[in-house]
Parts: sequence; structure tokens; C-alpha cells
Amino acid sequence: MLRAFEFVGEITLLSWSALKEFFIGRQDWGLIVEQLSKGGVDSWSITLLTAIFTGMVMAAQFSIGLEPFGASIYTSKLVSLGIVRELGPVLTALLVGGRVGAGFTAELGSMAVTEQIDAIRCLGANPVRKLVMPRVVAMTLIMPLLTVLADLVGCFGGGLVSMLQVDLTAQYVARQMLETIGPEDLLHGLMKSVFFGYWIAIIACWKGMNIRGGAESVGIATTETVVYISVGILVSDFVLTQLFLSIYG
Amino acid sequence: MSETIISYRNVTKSFGSNRIYRDITLDIHKGETLCIIGGSGTGKSVMMKMLVGLLEPDAGDIEFFGQSIVGLKPHQWLDIRRRVAMLFQGGALFDSLTVGENIQYPMIEHKWGDKSKREKRVSEVLEMVGLGKIEDLYPAEISGGMKKRVALARAIAVEPEVLLYDEPTTGLDPISIRRINGLIRNLQERLNVTSMVVTHEMPSVFTIADRIAMLHDQHIAFVGTPEEAKAIKEPWLADFIIGGEGVLKEENG
Repeated sequence: MLRAFEFVGEITLLSWSALKEFFIGRQDWGLIVEQLSKGGVDSWSITLLTAIFTGMVMAAQFSIGLEPFGASIYTSKLVSLGIVRELGPVLTALLVGGRVGAGFTAELGSMAVTEQIDAIRCLGANPVRKLVMPRVVAMTLIMPLLTVLADLVGCFGGGLVSMLQVDLTAQYVARQMLETIGPEDLLHGLMKSVFFGYWIAIIACWKGMNIRGGAESVGIATTETVVYISVGILVSDFVLTQLFLSIYG
Repeated sequence: MSETIISYRNVTKSFGSNRIYRDITLDIHKGETLCIIGGSGTGKSVMMKMLVGLLEPDAGDIEFFGQSIVGLKPHQWLDIRRRVAMLFQGGALFDSLTVGENIQYPMIEHKWGDKSKREKRVSEVLEMVGLGKIEDLYPAEISGGMKKRVALARAIAVEPEVLLYDEPTTGLDPISIRRINGLIRNLQERLNVTSMVVTHEMPSVFTIADRIAMLHDQHIAFVGTPEEAKAIKEPWLADFIIGGEGVLKEENG
């Protein structure tokens, strides 16, 4: 229990420090752009691959499941709603979280065990400003963009399978999807992805900065990061979904 | 005696239940090279880390140029870190930056001149540590000895008044050890910097030290010149100085 309070306290303090560093003084945008590239742009292919197959498999399953009720023509409706509200943001976050989060922890952890983080302090700089803030800002910005990409590609994959398996036309699928997805659905998914981006970066940085010991500690912390990120995403997804549903249904 | 610039006053430090020091007191004078010796885990590096704000003492005070540095706020450390530079055991060069960028790092943080002035300074300090045109190489592309010299070049780039060396010669070959020792002496003579050196290498200690402080049994058990250290016959110091020779003699009767 005490450990849980410590965890919440440390994450809150680190988040607050990163936020302060973002608003104080002149920003080195180069650091943020570097992390946008490393954390986000390099993740587009994995996002695309996951989203298209998720959309396709959902459509394949729904078309079969809805057939006995004569409702398979609604396949593309269900697929698009599921992807935009839930699977787009969540699966993207889980995959990017595993890939990028592990990378951040390993990088910062290696810096910590080779005293590079201490060196940053000694040379007059602030490690939170140099290492944590750019990653948190970059991931918070890039996750909604990756989610939009996942939404588009996932809907495309789902639509394609709907057309092939249920024998629907492209126009019908597109119209159904556009009629189904409202701005609030898109916002629902994007707001979640903003939180997931922040969560991935802050957990990965917190774990990395606090590594003590050697290579083994880096390995353990990297594994723990992926677990913390994944569990956090799944739990917060439920909480955020309930919150958004209570706000606008 | 020259001016005292660093004072440890009754400093106590523990990590959890493991007490490292109990009321240690030590003065370091301007322009001297003080070597701190002691067994593993006696807190030699901890003394340095407390001086640059990486660790805080549990009790007692540390003064730097007459100003207490215990409990300073993060922004108040900036001025201290401009005047004290630390050479880390493994060099702690930033892997993602070139040698030139590593050396420019403290200059940028301390707003030390424009780009051309910084680049000129990089060449100057690299020359001072006996390295040529290696600005564009990455740390992974240079040897261990060169890394330590680059780290030293980075440390002296903003002309600090105090240099802290954490085991500067550990793991190096004899030629690199001699070169680093020469650099430490040379920097003291040329720049009149005050140096604190943590090391296990007794030949290095006798080459570079003006004074020696030995940490033993949670306190500073000896402070004095190398000659005074050699004259002490207490086994905890004598054995350390002669590399355990005394212990072996005792064991063999």
C-alpha cells in the first residue's frame, strides 16, 4: 500500500516537474522534434499493420456473428465505432507503449547506470528538462496523430472485408461509417490517446531515471515498464470510457 | 596556509541502515590536490557527490567559499556547478553526442560564449589534454583512456575553480595512468585549480597528492602529506599504502 502511494507521489512530482520545464524559459524544440521522430514517426508502420488487420478481423467476426440475426449489413457500422472509440487508441497505445516505452527506459536506464544523468546535473543542466519533458511532450502530441492513422486504416480494413464477405458496396460502407461516427466518438478516442501518450512517456522515464545497478537492472526495469504501461492503459481505458460516457453518452 | 575553500563540518551520511560517516570534518585549501583514499564502500565518491548536490548529508554542513551548500534549491546549484566540475569514474560522456558536442555541453548550459568561441575552446581544451582533432568522433569510437581525457576536457571547458576526480585512473593501462596523473598535476600548476581525487591507486596518490585524507571506520582517520602518511605505522593506513603487503607478512608470521 505504501509502495502504491510512493508510486503515485513520484509520478505526480515528475509530471509536475516536466510540466513546469515546458512552460519555463526558452524551449529547445530540437529535443522535442527528435523525440517526435523517435517515438512517434518511427511507430507509424507498426500502427498501420496492427490497425488494418484488427479492422479486417473484426469485420470478419461481426459479419459471421450478425448473420443469424440478418444484421450483417451493419458490420461496417460496428467495426468503425469499435475502432474509433476503443481499439484504435487502445491497440495503438499498447503497441507504441511496448515499443517506445521499453526504448525510453533502456536509454535513460543506461544513462543512469553510466552516470550520464548525474553528469547532466553537474554540468549545470536539468535532466527533467533535457530528458523527461521532451519525451512526455512528444508522446502526448504524437499519440493522437497515430490514433487517427489507426482509425483510418482500421476502418479501411474493416470496410474492405465487409464489402467482400457481406457483399456490400464501397459507397454503402463509407456512408454507414460516416453516419455512425460522430465528432464525439472521434474526440472520445483522441482524448484517451492523449492520456495514453503521457502515460507511456512518464512511466518509461520514471523507470529509466530511477535505475540503479547495472545491465540486469536495466533489463528488469524495461520489462516492468511494459507491464506498468500496458496495465495502466487497460485500466485507464475503462475509467476514461466511463467518464466520457457519463459526460456525453 | 592558503585559504580554505571547502569545509565539511560534522557531516553524517547513511544509506538506509548502512551508516557511511559519523561527524566527518575536513578542510580543503585553495590550489591543493587532496587525494581521498579508503576501502570500498567507505564513501569516498559520496563526499564528492555531496559537494555537487547529487547527494545531501543527513547531518552537518558543507561550505563552499564560505557559503553553506546544504539544502540549496535546484536553481541555486547553477552557480556552484559553474565553479566545481566533476570527472566521473567512467567518464560519463553522452553517447548520443560527438566529442565536440560533449565538450560544448557545459559551455552552452552556462552560456559561455557564442558558437565560434565555443568551438575554439573545444580545440584548446582537447589540446590541453593531449588529444588532437577528434571533435567529430562519438564516445563509442574512442578508447577508455581517451574517454577519460575527453571527460577531463569537458570538465575544464568552463574553467572551474575546483575539479573532482572520481577514480580517474581506474582500469587504464600504465601509460594512460601516467598521462592522466601528469594532466592532473599540470592543470593544478597551469590553472591553479583545487583538486579532490578519489583513487585506489597508491602510486598515483604519491605522484599527485599535496595531502591525503583516509576514510576508515566511518570517519576521516588520517589527514596529512604523503610523507606523513608513509611515516604512520598503524596497520589500517600502512597496509593500505603498501597494497596489503603488511597483511601478507602478518599472515605468514
